Amino acid sequence: MPEETNAQLDTDESVPPAEPKAAHMPLDRAIETQADLSAEINALGEAYARALKEGSPAETQPRLDYPPYRSSILRHPTKSLHHADPETIELYSPAFGHQDVHALESDLTIQHNGEPQGERIIVAGRVLDGDGRPVAGQLVEIWQANSSGRYIHKRDQHPAPIDPNFTGIGRCITGPDGSYRFTTIKPGAYPWKNHLNAWRPAHIHFSLFGTEFTQRIITQMYFPGDQLFPLDPIYQTIVDQDARDRLVATYDHSLTEPEWALGYNWDIVLTGPKRTWTENEALGAAGDEE
Amino acid sequence: MNNQTKLVPTPGQTVGPFYGYALPFDKDNELLAPGSPGSIRLQGTVYDGAGHTIPDAILEIWQPDAEGNVVQKTGSLVRDGYTFTGWGRGAVGNSGVFTFTTVNPGPTSPGSAPFISVAIFARGLTNRLFTRIYLPEDTEALANDPLLSSLDPERRKTLIARRDADGGLTWDVRLQGEGETVFLDFQ
Repeated sequence: MPEETNAQLDTDESVPPAEPKAAHMPLDRAIETQADLSAEINALGEAYARALKEGSPAETQPRLDYPPYRSSILRHPTKSLHHADPETIELYSPAFGHQDVHALESDLTIQHNGEPQGERIIVAGRVLDGDGRPVAGQLVEIWQANSSGRYIHKRDQHPAPIDPNFTGIGRCITGPDGSYRFTTIKPGAYPWKNHLNAWRPAHIHFSLFGTEFTQRIITQMYFPGDQLFPLDPIYQTIVDQDARDRLVATYDHSLTEPEWALGYNWDIVLTGPKRTWTENEALGAAGDEE
Repeated sequence: MNNQTKLVPTPGQTVGPFYGYALPFDKDNELLAPGSPGSIRLQGTVYDGAGHTIPDAILEIWQPDAEGNVVQKTGSLVRDGYTFTGWGRGAVGNSGVFTFTTVNPGPTSPGSAPFISVAIFARGLTNRLFTRIYLPEDTEALANDPLLSSLDPERRKTLIARRDADGGLTWDVRLQGEGETVFLDFQ
């Protein structure tokens, strides 16, 4: 298994080690404040709004080049993506099934001996392709911080408590209608070092496969009404408000279970497809136990 | 279902720094057991725009088998040691190096250039990137390949692996700058 690195990295997303509060102030680096970052974020947002008004098409994906997210500066391609028609292998996706994922992996609250701390929630929805067709029998993976905003990862040194009853990893295989469902704990916001007093809005990481490898995405689901949205350079890598909204779940009382958990709905739409389908492929990898 | 209806895709987001306890799994980078007949090592290093190695990237490969068949078998997450599923996942180590054990992909049609499809994720990378790794040997097939022939020679090189003395493949990723890898847009 690849190591969970705890090496000293020039990361801006690790957070200070657990020490008395006074030690949290970064003393030896230029201090960029939230106001500095918000000015950059707002300027890019205003330029986008002007371009839209002048007839530019709406952007539906994050910008690869988004300087307010500092660690993207040296990690985005400077040449435009090269258009290619997907061929052969790219028009298919790896197959996952119940050999790969146990049904209990979709409940993140039962992975230890005790109950995790925090607000128990249900997150459910459907995975669809661009034609609205359900993505059946495919793998969904999630990971997240615990209720106090701490990840089970050696590089997360945020001085918030680890919950011995919560790891924060889940998996499931979508149903015939593309549906997925996780039971988990509402994650907390957490600080990072993009700039002084930078906080990520609460989110759950989602990893998704489609019916074609070119539909593969990893993204983040957010919770409605988070006050950190306008301040977060990662959420704001998507400059279009409608596109950003597509990452925000909806509170859904019909998913809420009495005296048990609040429910959130979030549907995911993948790109494509490019391949012409045959009738029985719509069943997904249903024959996985062959 | 109305075939005219096109839904707008959900945006991607960065994989972030903390995937390391979530995405990797046992034998994730072993499409077949190391040392088994026909197995090769595929390795490479991921670099940023300053030429520094990246310690927090994770790659996925997806490829046909040695005969060029697209495999549709489950079992990638719980490998039985015998079934080739065609898909693997490999995080880079501290020095930015990733490794897979796999087979040379075969041509999916007679005379076509065999390649491995790749998705790349990293902290600081706001969305996944797609690219291809071509085998270096069949120069005629490479010359006729629709994607490669649409690229100038300098850029084309970034998609073709080097054959190592031990039969393995080496292919590096440069996210930015000189020798920047060609990344693909399929939309």
